[in-house]
Amino acid sequence: MSLLTVENLKMYYNTIRGDVKAVDDVSFTVGTRESLGLAGESGCGKTSAALCIMKLLPTNGRIVDGKITLDGTDVVKLSDEEVRQKIRWKRVSMIFQGAMNALHPTYTIGHQIAEAILTHENVGKKKALERAGKLLELVGMEASRINRYPHELSGGMKQRAVTAMALSCNPDLVIADEPTTALDVIVQAQVLRVMKELQGRLDLSWILITHDLSMIAETCTRAAIMYAGKIVEYGEVVPMFKEPLHPYTQKLITAFPSVLGPKVELSSIHGFPPDLLKPPPGCRFHPRCQYATEICRTKEPTFVESGKGQYVACHLY
Amino acid sequence: MEKGIAVEVHNLVKYYELKLGFFKTLVTRQVPYVHAVDGVNFAVREGEIFGLVGESGCGKTTTGRCLIRLIEPTRGEVLFKGVNILSLSLEHEVRRLRRKMQIIFQDPYESLNPRMSIYDIISEPLRIQKVAESEEEISDRVSQALEDLDLVPPEEFLYRFPHELSGGQRQRVAIARAFVLRPEFLVADEPVSMLDASIRSEVLKLLLGMQKKLHTSFLYITHDIALSRHMCDRIAVMYLGKIVESAFTDDIIDKPLHPYTEALIAAVPVPDPTARRIEVVIKGEVPSAINPPPACRFNTRCPHAMDICRKKEPPLMEVEKRRLVACHLYGSEGAKR
Repeated sequence: MSLLTVENLKMYYNTIRGDVKAVDDVSFTVGTRESLGLAGESGCGKTSAALCIMKLLPTNGRIVDGKITLDGTDVVKLSDEEVRQKIRWKRVSMIFQGAMNALHPTYTIGHQIAEAILTHENVGKKKALERAGKLLELVGMEASRINRYPHELSGGMKQRAVTAMALSCNPDLVIADEPTTALDVIVQAQVLRVMKELQGRLDLSWILITHDLSMIAETCTRAAIMYAGKIVEYGEVVPMFKEPLHPYTQKLITAFPSVLGPKVELSSIHGFPPDLLKPPPGCRFHPRCQYATEICRTKEPTFVESGKGQYVACHLY
Repeated sequence: MEKGIAVEVHNLVKYYELKLGFFKTLVTRQVPYVHAVDGVNFAVREGEIFGLVGESGCGKTTTGRCLIRLIEPTRGEVLFKGVNILSLSLEHEVRRLRRKMQIIFQDPYESLNPRMSIYDIISEPLRIQKVAESEEEISDRVSQALEDLDLVPPEEFLYRFPHELSGGQRQRVAIARAFVLRPEFLVADEPVSMLDASIRSEVLKLLLGMQKKLHTSFLYITHDIALSRHMCDRIAVMYLGKIVESAFTDDIIDKPLHPYTEALIAAVPVPDPTARRIEVVIKGEVPSAINPPPACRFNTRCPHAMDICRKKEPPLMEVEKRRLVACHLYGSEGAKR
């Protein structure tokens, strides 16, 4: 059974000009010890979808419809207090985008990790600090670093510290939102390796949110590609990268230059992502799609399975 | 066939003085310096894209800015068409130079004045340089510049403001501004790192198109060695203020010689799940540029470090045909791998 099931999730933001449909009918599952990659351009709704799982919505955001089932309980139906006590950090935790730059500058790393433990669990301060040290060792730092302040650590170390913080209450699922974007390639590789190692050691599931598909190729078992609030392709990573079905996925994979293999021309996608206040009718990708036909402009494509557990929402199939 | 040389850099050095607090200045004998760029030599040939690759803090941006005198280097020579531009002292001389040398900055959200319309932004260089005869000529050249960057129809963009444009459009405006004077040499400082993947390649294509059309020489600064493979004819890899390896792009990607270059290439994620290999070849992070490690600056992280690496600095020298490497593994003292 899968650990997390998201079904037909819809999340809208209230604005003066109307509802922004940030997440519009999105479904996916995450199994135990599995890592799911959630990819797409900025503003496609990938972070909003993740925030729904934690129920950490900004005041103008609301879940309109859908079910988020974590181990049999529907998170959507739980009250805020219940989510705070039972779900957040204990079951699902998150490494927020840019979290390493949001560490409190006047508290030590250990204090900040212990704070998460003290908030969620009934343990003493000394015990919490001890655990903070163990957590740092887990992510490849010395336990003595709990006495360090954020400014004394490098970017890679800070990223490891926030990873330790996410692991502080032994969650089953960790959502990592662009965990390596501010890091240099070598440090990025180091952090990704730590994440992969932890997955095996702690029986963790990951949701990795990123715009860089090559990172998903290297770390995830399955991937969901989002475009303008919807998932356009979903399935196992290996067949998806071998033979991407949706035109958007095809473009996205070849948009990144590779250091391996022959030098190929980079693909580009004409135009810009749509305004989610007024998304285009039919298939949302049709204004930028080179294969668009009449039906794409009028009818929204539904998911079809194309064998090998790969799903795609496109009229071509 | 040897092409002419557009820009030549000799022994470029830039140290930043470290600002200390009041009490520390009383007790410290020697003022500490950040060794941002420490003796860099290279030449950009005419019509070539020369890539400067390295991690943050390696001095690549400082080098780029020194080249067009946005930063005054501590020492060194920058020859543009045979003239040492660092010796120019009069303002109008430097200004004339900027007609030939331009820069594209990294962040299009910061490099465009939010209070100026697109027309004002792109026409500003023309006005400062006083190259246009009339207002009509200015307006023609601005429209042409927008068209060149595929911002069509130009009338639709002329009187808009930066906040009305998307990131990709903004960066194209910034590129149009750099090209409007038809410069001979351009410094592009990570021009696409702030853009989304799908927009990135389009901007790169336009940039390459302009480069072909105008035969501009480029210094392309990037942290992404995969991207430099796509864009550059030759690349130089920088580490802590020094060039460690320099050669034709394909040679470096196919067979990196310096251990740092090797690590840099190995760390790049590839969009192929069957090639899974998060190999972390080197440990730790870049040391501080205030007290860089003695001798070879990479010795603290190098998997092949030998005794000599801690004692003597390796010079940048030709170890194979057209391949410069600064590493003892390839010198006479070190055993060849």
